[in-house]
Order: sequence, then C-alpha cells, then structure tokens
Amino acid sequence: MHRTIIDDLKRSRIFKLADDGRRQDGRGMDEPRRLRIETGVVPKAEGSARVFLGDTEVVAGVKVKPDRPFPDVGDRGIFICTAEVLPLAHQDVETGPPQPPVIELARVVDRGIRESGMVDLKQLVLEPNKSVIGVFVDNSVIDVDGNLFDACSYASTAALLTATIPKWEYRDDAPARVEGQTMPAPITTVPVSVTMAKVNGKIMVDPTQDEWTAMEARVTITTNSDGNICALQKGGPSGFTYDELERCGRLSVSIGARVRETIKRAAPDAGGGGCCGPGEECGGGGPGGGQQQQQQPQPYGGGP
Amino acid sequence: MMGGRDTDIVLLDKDGLRCDGRRIDQTRRVDIKAGVLRNAHGSAYIEFGDNKILAGVFGPRDVHPKHLSDTDTGILRCRYHMSPFSVSDRKNPAPSRREIEISKVIKEALEPALMLEQFPRTVVDVFMEILQADGGSRCAALAAASVALADAGIPMRDMVSACAAGKVADTIVLDVNNEEDQAGQADMPVGYMPNLDRVTLIQLDGVLTPDEYGLCMRTAIDGCRQVYEVQKRALAEKYFTGGGEGRERTASMGGRVVGA
Repeated sequence: MHRTIIDDLKRSRIFKLADDGRRQDGRGMDEPRRLRIETGVVPKAEGSARVFLGDTEVVAGVKVKPDRPFPDVGDRGIFICTAEVLPLAHQDVETGPPQPPVIELARVVDRGIRESGMVDLKQLVLEPNKSVIGVFVDNSVIDVDGNLFDACSYASTAALLTATIPKWEYRDDAPARVEGQTMPAPITTVPVSVTMAKVNGKIMVDPTQDEWTAMEARVTITTNSDGNICALQKGGPSGFTYDELERCGRLSVSIGARVRETIKRAAPDAGGGGCCGPGEECGGGGPGGGQQQQQQPQPYGGGP
Repeated sequence: MMGGRDTDIVLLDKDGLRCDGRRIDQTRRVDIKAGVLRNAHGSAYIEFGDNKILAGVFGPRDVHPKHLSDTDTGILRCRYHMSPFSVSDRKNPAPSRREIEISKVIKEALEPALMLEQFPRTVVDVFMEILQADGGSRCAALAAASVALADAGIPMRDMVSACAAGKVADTIVLDVNNEEDQAGQADMPVGYMPNLDRVTLIQLDGVLTPDEYGLCMRTAIDGCRQVYEVQKRALAEKYFTGGGEGRERTASMGGRVVGA
C-alpha cells in the first residue's frame, strides 16, 4: 500500500482538526463508533457473531473439537483465536499467506481473550494429559474501515458468549461424542479491548482507516469484567509518554465498561461470571432464529 | 438403489417429497442482495438454502504481478474460499485443492459473460467467501459473483446463473442439498447464461443413463432460469427502488441484533 496525495491531504486535515480536539466524522476524541452486534449468523458454527464497528465489519465463528493437550499443560483445554482480512474487504488486501500486520491482529485478539481467562480451560479436559476440548475462534474481516483489533475482539467475545460446547466422553482411549448433549462455553469474564491512536500528539479512541493511516502510534488495552487490565499492545513507528499511557489505561476501563454492556446484551443467555442472568428477555429470535440450536445447554465437568 | 452411501435417511417419500419437504422440481429458498460491501467495487450476498456466501469484485485495475497482464484483453481472477467455521469440522483456512479447482471452474464460467477485451492490461478480481456451506455452494457462489460483477458495472453479455440437479433415490431432482449429495447417486452443478443459452459450467459426479443425463441437464437449466429471476430482482432492488448505496449493508444475516 503506497501513500497518495489524497492520503497526504487527509492527513493534514486530520492533524488540523485534532489541534481543535475534533475529528473528521464529528466524534469526540474519546468516543468510539457505533457498535452493532448480530449473533447466531452462522448456525453451523458452535457460536457466531457479526460485528459492525462503524463501517468495519467482521464475522467470527467458533468451532469446537477434541484434541491432544499441549504437553506442558495437560490439565487444560486448548483455545486458539485467528483472524483473516479477506481480499473482498479492501482493495489493498492480497491473497496468499497472512502478512505481519494480520498476524499481529490475530495474536493481539487471541492474547486479550486468553490472558483475561475468559474461557475456563480447566473445564475443557476429557482425560488429563491425553484428551481435551479445543475451542477455535476464527475471524473473517469482510469490510475495512480501521481498528480491526477491536472489531475482531468484540466479534470473538460475542461469538464465544453464544457458543455451546458439544459433550464428549473419554472411552477406550478416545473421545466419544455424546449425541444431543451440550453445555455453554465455560465463561468467567468478558474481556473488552479498546484501541487508541496517537495522531498529531492527540489520543483518539477507535480510529477510522483514515486516522489509522495518519497516526504515529497506537495502543490496544484489554480489560476484564472486574475493570482490571489484562493485555496490552503498542504499535506504530512513534511512542507514548508515561502520562499518555496512564490516561489510555483509564480510558480503556471506562469505555470498555460501556462496550461490555452491549456485548453482554448480544448474548443474554451466556453463562459464567459477569453476564446477564438467563431470565433476561432480549427480543425475538429474528428471521433465522429457527435454524439455531434450541437444545438447553447441559453443564458438565468439574466446577470452576 | 445404486450408488451413494448407505444411510437411513428417506430421500424421497411416497408422496414424492424430499427429505427437506421439497418437490423434485423445487429449488431451496434463494435470496440475493446486491451492494452489501462498502469497499468492494461491486458485491452481493446470497443465501441459497443454508449456504451463506459473500462475493466482492474489484477492478478493472492494474495487474500485480505484472507478467500476468495481457496487452489484448483484461483478465479475470477468481477465489472461492471457505471460512474455517463454515462447515461442521473446522476447515483449515489455507486454500485446499478443492477450493482451487472450484475457483478455476467458476472463473471459466464467468469469463464468457464478461467483455474484458474492453479493458486490456487490467484485471477484474472476484472474491467469494463461504460463510456457511450447505451443498451446492459453488453454484450459489457463481450466482452471487455474477450479481457482484453486474453491481461493479463490468460490461456483460449476459448474467451467469447457476443451479445443480442430481439423482436421488433413482429420480432426477433439482438443487441437490447436503444430505442428498452425501447419500444420493449423482450431482451435476450447472452454470448457464439464460439469454445466450450457453452452459458455461458443468460438472458431474455419479452415474446416469444417457436419458437421465439429458433430463438432469434440462432440470438444472430450468433451475438456473429460476435463479436468474432472483438475480435480476436483487439488482432491481438496489438500482430501481430508491435504495442506493449501502442500503442493504447492515441488513440482517438471520441472527439477533443489538446495538446501533
């Protein structure tokens, strides 16, 4: 991707606006874009969500299957989160193996969820050191307008909150599927990332693609339901002062709390700490609601 | 019954209804929306039974790598790709041999419809993403790709429509679904230009008598004509009902929505 004269003009406009504390789309400096979450969009996946963060759009799906545990952690299930920016999402995306920025994207989204302990991996063990359940969350970015980090993070989290885990039993040295029985994904907390860009020395929450192109540095901070910080990634060619990072930390907590409420509303039936109770009503099932799995989740395995 | 895998499923009941309740000459539900993506130059979203597929088009644009460019004509590139969560067992995101072959036959199905000689030294890229697969995904992807190309304003001689037919319980049926594909005796996907009366994609696996072969083709072509009407309606909805740019972007994909 090369920079054009238009990019330079946009950049100088974004800089000028930032001096007055303003942004191209009229948002406040610490105001994220509108967030829209649609769950249950891929009924064949164990959980799924489609997220619009402004004009950035992502579909995430959860797949679950028995696997061998990692040799050093035989008492835990496996969690892997990936991201792909599809070539139909933007004209500059090329097909082929993922480029470093996309690998960073997938790893930052994975880390935010993993380090928060959102999925209780100890509840995903079928037979210690031999057989565990693997949970895969795959993100497909289908439209790009900046800040893929937060869009993928919200899509992954919402998809996990709606996920059901099929039941397996370890019999005759192999996992065997118990038909018709499932449990909700063992959720302990709802991680929320907030990405902030430094543009002309000013901190902007949830940068658009134009702001992303113009920024000198960015930081993505993930917080959990307790309001603690659990993962962080700095990127971009420039740096932050201590005071800037301290302020970004506080912003990530306050903005994250509001985003968390929206994500929870997207998955009202989710179990685990920090989520709405199962009694909460959240409207109808939508036109495709009949395709979704209707069986009641049956918890199994040990307690937390 | 010959061919197919052993199964307990009743593919055709005594009333002539199939395992999903359709008659033998009925397609599954087909719904297409044009212009669903913001960055792509043209796009379409199709739900074909339980298939959920996005198609995005870029171009005509410069060719990279340059040695692929043709001084006499524009070229077409197609990519059919399945999301890892689109099937029951998670699919490795890297393109498989199956996806590469399907990409090639879809490219060759679309090429006869496109007037790319008007754009020498350029490329038109068509990207199809299978968000959920349900049997007949190549036909659904081809139908969506045609609408996306039209939405991108690429000059076309005709629309390319697509539908499969097959042999299930010794009967030729239209639009074979996933269960019928697994348990049935033959599957024949067809891509077809309805105004020029040309078949531009045809494949077959399974065994048919010469008579069944003819009937299967006629059945599939009839299905293509039905899908063609849905394709035209999708474009008319975007361009002639005052909807315009991005109107359908945030339309539901059949899930439950919260937020702005």
